[in-house]
Amino acid sequence: MSTAVATKKRRELKDYEKKWTLWGRIKESKASYLFLMPYYILFVMFTIVPVIISVYYSFTYYNILEAPQFIGWTNFLNLFLHDDVFILAIQNTFIFAIITGPLGYLAAFVFAWFINELPPKVRAIMILVFYAPTISGQVYMVWSIMFSGDSYGWINGVLMNWGIINKAVQWTTDTKTMMFVCIVVALWSSLGAGFLSHVAGLQGIDKELYEAGYVDGISNRWQELWYITLPSMKPQLLFAAVMSITSTFGAADIMTAMCGFPSTDYAVHTIVNHLQDYGDVRFEMGYASAIAVLLFGACLGLNRLIQNLLQKVGT
Amino acid sequence: MARKAKEPKIKEEKVTKIGGKFIRRRKPNRSVGGDVAIMAMLIGVGIFMLLPFVYAISNSVKPMDELFAFPPRFFARNPTLDNFSDLFIIMSESWVPFSRYIFNTVFITACGTIGHLFLASMAAFALAKHEFPGKNFLFTAVIWALMFPATVTYIPNYLILSGLGWLDTYLALVVPAFASTMGLFLMKQFMEGLPTALCESARIDGANEFRVYWSIAMPNVKPAWLTLIIFSFQSLWNTTGGVYVFSEQFKTLPYALNQILAGGVARQGAGSAVAVFIMIVPIVMFMLTESNVVETMASSGIK
Repeated sequence: MSTAVATKKRRELKDYEKKWTLWGRIKESKASYLFLMPYYILFVMFTIVPVIISVYYSFTYYNILEAPQFIGWTNFLNLFLHDDVFILAIQNTFIFAIITGPLGYLAAFVFAWFINELPPKVRAIMILVFYAPTISGQVYMVWSIMFSGDSYGWINGVLMNWGIINKAVQWTTDTKTMMFVCIVVALWSSLGAGFLSHVAGLQGIDKELYEAGYVDGISNRWQELWYITLPSMKPQLLFAAVMSITSTFGAADIMTAMCGFPSTDYAVHTIVNHLQDYGDVRFEMGYASAIAVLLFGACLGLNRLIQNLLQKVGT
Repeated sequence: MARKAKEPKIKEEKVTKIGGKFIRRRKPNRSVGGDVAIMAMLIGVGIFMLLPFVYAISNSVKPMDELFAFPPRFFARNPTLDNFSDLFIIMSESWVPFSRYIFNTVFITACGTIGHLFLASMAAFALAKHEFPGKNFLFTAVIWALMFPATVTYIPNYLILSGLGWLDTYLALVVPAFASTMGLFLMKQFMEGLPTALCESARIDGANEFRVYWSIAMPNVKPAWLTLIIFSFQSLWNTTGGVYVFSEQFKTLPYALNQILAGGVARQGAGSAVAVFIMIVPIVMFMLTESNVVETMASSGIK
């Protein structure tokens, strides 16, 4: 009798441990961790550890050949106080981001919204047309032929033919037009994953919400948008915003492809271009890491800001 | 055709009387003028989106004299396939034959995508369908990783790959791609929608966890893994190899495109031919899977 009670007690205790203590629960979930392990080992190796290493290097002088030397905040101070090109890069990145970020995001949404009302077959074709530039990646280099400054550039040819300009514009080397070219190409190529997310979000909205809205007195498409559509697809809006921030702040390849590296007078030199300059060309890894850390901080901060802003949609 | 049948026919402008008021059913808030303006705008922007594609295709079939014509023409007069054959002649003078670039890109894309598919879907399955300590933390880490560009970590990545002795091998491009974040994120969000009862009943029937994942979960999330393949394919297909590979024999097709275009006007035709080749493959893949991708993106939201 007493042994039976004791075993029962012990079993209860064991069950209790299994359910409620952290270690017990971890032991119970061995299978789950096995599933996670292969992915997360690589994720930690190529994402988490690199972020930590970057933060460490940003406080050091490191040229790969010698061991890193701890120098405190010097890299950051130098960036802001003695590096004019970095200040220029910040300006360029923000000008670029302010135009392509919100404009690209808005355009992606507006096109998705319009496309969503088309008949299914036309819609499928339009989605393909709008998404093709993103999926075909490197093809934006074709723009560099079209914008070419010599007499073979098609855009110059057309503009001269129409009499809008009378001599060839050096689109990719004239500091006045370089940013414009990069923005056009970026807008073209980066509707991207955000656009698809918008399309999918719109298709997922319950049609009855609209019916109810009409009865409640919604009278035009703008009210419908603000009170029904947007609040119903907040998660997709946020996802698209995250994609948009990541791609605009990471922009550098477009600049290099269009205007060369380094670009004339650093007119389209972005933060990532600057990072590549110090990382690939000068091998000042500590300094480059400081740039990376600033970029990292700016992206995460901006993401939080956007998340808070999107909470206010539809209220 | 089957898709069309699913869409219910909607009677336009049906007038119903509710509570003494006349209410127009379905789209009471659309004006014809607005619809026309929207259509016009969509067509205009659509042409802008397609312009470089048409230009690349047209350039790739232009004979030499038309490439140098002034003023430049948009469409080819006497289309020819010379540029495609020239491609192999131009590139045969380079260090490695052109077909090597094609092989590299295909090989890197295939390996990277397959590995990513397995690793990410296994992790996504556990994150979506299991309860265990640290689950939220692990998933949040992935969401945070979506929020900054990959360039942020490329210096430490370079050093890590160099420490592993993987620099200048296929491994440097393939293995990090296994752990890209987008695929895991989409897969996990989509698997959340998979009925738990489905997995439970398989477990009761005596299936082990791997079987539940492989024979129950995976066949039911086809749209998600097709989407994962598309995204992974897209990023690997377009990789230039960057600083991780420097020997010519490991360089990829987009890198070759860069090199050819850097050769100036004389190479425009050949460059366009490469561009056409590079763009056709992902576009065709996307065309075939479009409805699945859109379905997956519907569950992509961040809450």
